[in-house]
Amino acid sequence: MGVRGNSFPRSFPASLRQESGPPDCGFRPGGPLPILTTVTVALAFLLLGLLLLAPLGALAGRGARLVHGGGIAASAGFVLLAVAGLALGDGAVLLLPVGPPWAPLTLALDGLSAWFLLLLGLVGVACGLYAWVHEAAAPPRRLVPYPLFLAGMALTLLAADGFTLLLGFEAMSLASWALLAAQQGEAERAAARLYLGFALFGAACLIPAVGLLAGLTGDLSFAGMRATPPQGWVAGVVMALVLLGAGSKAGLVPLHGWLPIAHPVAPSHVSALMSGAMTKVALYVVARLALDLGGPAQPLAWGVPLLLLGTASALLGALRATQETDSKTLLACSTIENIGFIAMGFGLSAVLRAADLGPLAALAAGAGLLHALGHALFKTLLFLAAGEVQHSAGSRRLDRLGGLIHAMPLVALCALAGAAAAAALPPLAGFAGEWLLLQALLSAWRVGSLGLQVLVAACTAVAALSAALGAAAMLRLWGLTFLGRPRTPRTMGAQDADPVCRAALLGLAALVTAVGLLPGALLALGAPAVARISGHDGVAEASFWLVGPSASGSGYRPLALVIVAALLLIGLVALVRHLSPRPAARGPVWDGGFIAPPAHLPFGDPATQASAAGFAQPLRRMLGGPLLAAREAVERPPPGSPDPARLESGFHDPLLPALLRPLLRLRDRLAVAAERLRDLTIRQFLGLSFGMLVLLLVLLAWLGAGGAP
Amino acid sequence: MGFGQLPYDVAHLLGGAVLLLSFVLLYQRRMAAVINAFATQGALLALAVAWQGWAQGAPGLYVTALVAAAAKAVLIPLALRALVRRFGLHRSAEPALGIGAGLIAGVALVALAILVVLPATTGAGALAREDLAMALSVVLLGMLMMITRRQAISQVIGLLSLENGLVLAAAGVRGLPLVVELSTAALVLVLAGVAGFFAFHLRARFESLDLSLLHRHRGERAEAEQP
Repeated sequence: MGVRGNSFPRSFPASLRQESGPPDCGFRPGGPLPILTTVTVALAFLLLGLLLLAPLGALAGRGARLVHGGGIAASAGFVLLAVAGLALGDGAVLLLPVGPPWAPLTLALDGLSAWFLLLLGLVGVACGLYAWVHEAAAPPRRLVPYPLFLAGMALTLLAADGFTLLLGFEAMSLASWALLAAQQGEAERAAARLYLGFALFGAACLIPAVGLLAGLTGDLSFAGMRATPPQGWVAGVVMALVLLGAGSKAGLVPLHGWLPIAHPVAPSHVSALMSGAMTKVALYVVARLALDLGGPAQPLAWGVPLLLLGTASALLGALRATQETDSKTLLACSTIENIGFIAMGFGLSAVLRAADLGPLAALAAGAGLLHALGHALFKTLLFLAAGEVQHSAGSRRLDRLGGLIHAMPLVALCALAGAAAAAALPPLAGFAGEWLLLQALLSAWRVGSLGLQVLVAACTAVAALSAALGAAAMLRLWGLTFLGRPRTPRTMGAQDADPVCRAALLGLAALVTAVGLLPGALLALGAPAVARISGHDGVAEASFWLVGPSASGSGYRPLALVIVAALLLIGLVALVRHLSPRPAARGPVWDGGFIAPPAHLPFGDPATQASAAGFAQPLRRMLGGPLLAAREAVERPPPGSPDPARLESGFHDPLLPALLRPLLRLRDRLAVAAERLRDLTIRQFLGLSFGMLVLLLVLLAWLGAGGAP
Repeated sequence: MGFGQLPYDVAHLLGGAVLLLSFVLLYQRRMAAVINAFATQGALLALAVAWQGWAQGAPGLYVTALVAAAAKAVLIPLALRALVRRFGLHRSAEPALGIGAGLIAGVALVALAILVVLPATTGAGALAREDLAMALSVVLLGMLMMITRRQAISQVIGLLSLENGLVLAAAGVRGLPLVVELSTAALVLVLAGVAGFFAFHLRARFESLDLSLLHRHRGERAEAEQP
């Protein structure tokens, strides 16, 4: 047992205290039910099916439909089996008949896996439907990696040992890289290279992290790792490596630089999968390795790095989202923001768990999980809508869109649902998660020493600021895309989406609303996942109607609120209708001060509408200077010159160059050093290999002396 | 089988003698003396392998011993001697490690070999363990000789002495198939052939067997290295 934080504030209600020792993480005595084994076996067969789909993608003609139909079926299977797994409890460990003898591949479905698998399945179905329409004639190089990408994510989630987890994670990285690299164009290739670099870095960090968690016994199974959590400096190194390895894949600051570059490059359904599902899989790895396996008996500081990185990601992502002028880049930045919120929830949960505040830890973990589900749904919805807009109106740039609500009303309404959810408006999905997170943050400010208290208070303030910035970004995205007048003639030719895509978008909008209306029921279903992360049995108050931190405190009843509001609205309308002496009449709509376009400019002058950069200017002036290296310069013509004055403004993210520049210098230095090797004589070459051999023998002798019984 | 029994003692003695000749090879300056030492090492190796064949009751090892005696003790030294005479090298001396430096480096390598082999082979018999340690020492000393010598012929001898160590190790391990030993011997023959070819070629081009000449002719640093 390591050190437990015990600076327990006396003022907490007794119901929040948890006096018992190490929490029960959902282990149940006795063998698992046979039906659970069936669930795991069915999942293994789904994985196998996805692997078999990959070569089918190389078939000409019908390959695309086969691949995407199979992907939809497998994803739907994931959803069903994940719900079954959540409802029935932890499954047995299934030993796969393949794999190396020193690391058997094992699968298992527990609460945490099932929650993320549910999310992956929902995103996979929607993306599959989109691809069914838009990728029907895709070349094999885009079809073959797609099922492998799905299978890699599912394998990561289902792994029951460290080796399988790494195998799935790397398969996911490579397959998604292949999907990016299949795009044409120099910028796309550069994005794929950058992505590959970050993926390799992540692997280089995650593999030693799993090795350290396994310890000297070398037992890679999760059960074995959980029995011996890391301690002391090993624990610190594990946390750092996990955050670097999985955090770079999730897009946590400061390793987020690749995400706004690589995510928009892919086709929209792949962007949606990467943003909605892959970042969540990376967060699952963080939760699994750092919180579930390494989390018990850790000091208070265990969750602080995660909390800090999450806060920084939320702020920077939201601020960048308010500035970007490309719709998919904007959405990728918003993903960084939301990943930050989820990481904050997980980190806060670890802090509260170390302080023995089980119910609050469960609340923070539940907030993170709920926001992960909500974000997966609304971000997929927004990416697919952006893809529809790009397909139909011909551009992703906000300055070339506008007025699309007339041309594609259904896409606009669905995107509105997604944007409102991303802006954390009640009663949609984003609000439920962020409200729970703020509740947890507000209850946690008295834990630990003064430094930690100040930190939590600051995180609360930054979280609120980020949520507001995120809402502004979503308002800007939706307003510039769908409202106002078209900014180019091409926009006027847009048409509404294909029926299958419309079904996907409508389904996602309905799911976003449902998650927002039923957070309590979902958290009650996801109690095993909450227990895995927080070590406490589920959120205190989570039922069909209500979710909240405690029975005595405030609660959130979205369904009741909506029903009451709807009843009031209906009553008001009926009352007005009843009282009004005259029938309703439709008047002219206020057009925001525009005059009708003149005859020579049938679409109006684009300069009379706010541009994307103009909309972003107040926030850029207020916050962009220190955080985004924003610059603004007025260039006046010399006196007497008829030239116009020019205003130059822009911003860039300073973190990615700050990371890459030292790496480039290091590469150059290594190249120079390697160049020197070529000038050695034959005897010096022989001497090098001889010296290496002697060095290895010395190492062997040293290890043999140390390790021999 | 252990200390004080005849098979063990004789095997130990012969292996130690092979190792001793590796030390001798390290500091000899005269070409003829180097070749003599190598021939002696080959003969001792053949004896050691034959003794192992008798001690283990493995008749296959007698064949190996015969091959080693014929090739290492007679044929290769004769060929090398002919080469040396033909190139007029038999009077020449070349810088080698001094007795003191060679002894210190060699003893350090032997100590390293013992430290590596003994903990790693706790399960095996005493004879095999000692034998492996000595064989590894012979291999390491052969490599050391290769990097301290400058003449092509003495480098070839270093390589062949390294191979002696491999044969010694192979003979000490019970039940090694004959095929492996024969193929090793064939490999050495090929290596010797290639080395001889290169020696002739070098001689024809540069009229010397000093390998430091080659460095100047790799083309990369041609201008920079000209004296």
